[in-house]
Amino acid sequence: MKFLCVDCDKQMAFEERHLPGDGTLAATFKCPTCGRVVAMLTNPMETQLVSSLGVEIGGRTVPEQPFETVRKMVSTGRDDAFAESTSQNGSLSWSPEAQERLARVPNFVRGMVKRIYADYAKERGIAEITPAVMDTARAELGLEGM
Amino acid sequence: MPPIRTYHDLTDADRSGLPEQIGAQRRRVADRLAGVGRVIAVMSGKGGVGKSYVTAHLARALARSGRAVGVLDADLNGPTIPRLLDVPHAPRPTHADGIEPAVGADGVKCISMAMLLEDGAPLAFKGPSAESFVWRGAMEASALRELLSDVTWGTLDTLLLDLPPGMQRYVELCDILGAPPAVLTVTIPTAESGDAVRRAMRAAAERGSKLLGIVENMTGQGFEGSAGDDLAQEFAVPVLARIPWHPTPDTWSALGARL
Repeated sequence: MKFLCVDCDKQMAFEERHLPGDGTLAATFKCPTCGRVVAMLTNPMETQLVSSLGVEIGGRTVPEQPFETVRKMVSTGRDDAFAESTSQNGSLSWSPEAQERLARVPNFVRGMVKRIYADYAKERGIAEITPAVMDTARAELGLEGM
Repeated sequence: MPPIRTYHDLTDADRSGLPEQIGAQRRRVADRLAGVGRVIAVMSGKGGVGKSYVTAHLARALARSGRAVGVLDADLNGPTIPRLLDVPHAPRPTHADGIEPAVGADGVKCISMAMLLEDGAPLAFKGPSAESFVWRGAMEASALRELLSDVTWGTLDTLLLDLPPGMQRYVELCDILGAPPAVLTVTIPTAESGDAVRRAMRAAAERGSKLLGIVENMTGQGFEGSAGDDLAQEFAVPVLARIPWHPTPDTWSALGARL
């Protein structure tokens, strides 16, 4: 899917993605010439169709995680299906508040979410994951819903 | 107003890169299966003919003959392979590059949706329930892709894919693999089974799959007919085995030796 600014005859560039949490999606595109911004709004069914392909509108900011689609989208997954390897975390520590927040993530996806935050922190030399780090990661990585 | 340019006329870099993301998924599958000697889809257009049973026992026979074998249970909605391979539930060890397959009877590696779902629960997805038929097929295809690409299969001589009845999963496989897999067909002797299996074999042949042959299951008492021979003649493939109601290990070994 691409967007064309008809007046300028220019391909519009992706700007931002919003997932308000009601199943809909909003993605904005901007004309590089005239600056006009348009928003593509999808209904829950359309959003779901994109999600079912295992792709991210706006591009991926973190590599695809093992069984990402299954873990994010299956609603009848067993809590102990995945035993996360702990060797990925190295010397990284989690503040009590961050651990408490992580504990609220459903078991089926908790390991994957934990690894994403850990990778984010390691790549940036962050020694301790705090709720503030998690908030920043969510915003930077497009982890709405995690 | 000048003519509006079309999709392919617009060539600026697309930050979403959806085609590139799909391409990366396909490469991930190819990379994972690079160590697999051959991929064989065990299929039938008919349900209840014993595909999973044949798959599991064939895998065990191949493993007993010294080959490294894996089984992917592609029946996402009715998975049975863990039970057939005596795999108890245990959390799958998960690493950055994938999850470890379970190891079942005779050392057969396997993965199944049954290992990931709550006991007795159907495969259900989050999302809008209205018109779910629009996206459910794509969601299942993604799950199938992850079963292929996100399991650390390692080096295998053979990966058997146990398909559900019908053709949908086979078509998804062709797309995900990028090339049609070789096909082993299972039927029972009846004409009704032959009718359904014929359609499936024709579809597989038209897609370009190599038809390895036919396993006629549940022969002897109970079912009458000659579906195995009829299909073999029609598609110029061998009947690789006739499996009686109470097969012996030698029955499976003989089938394995012919593959």
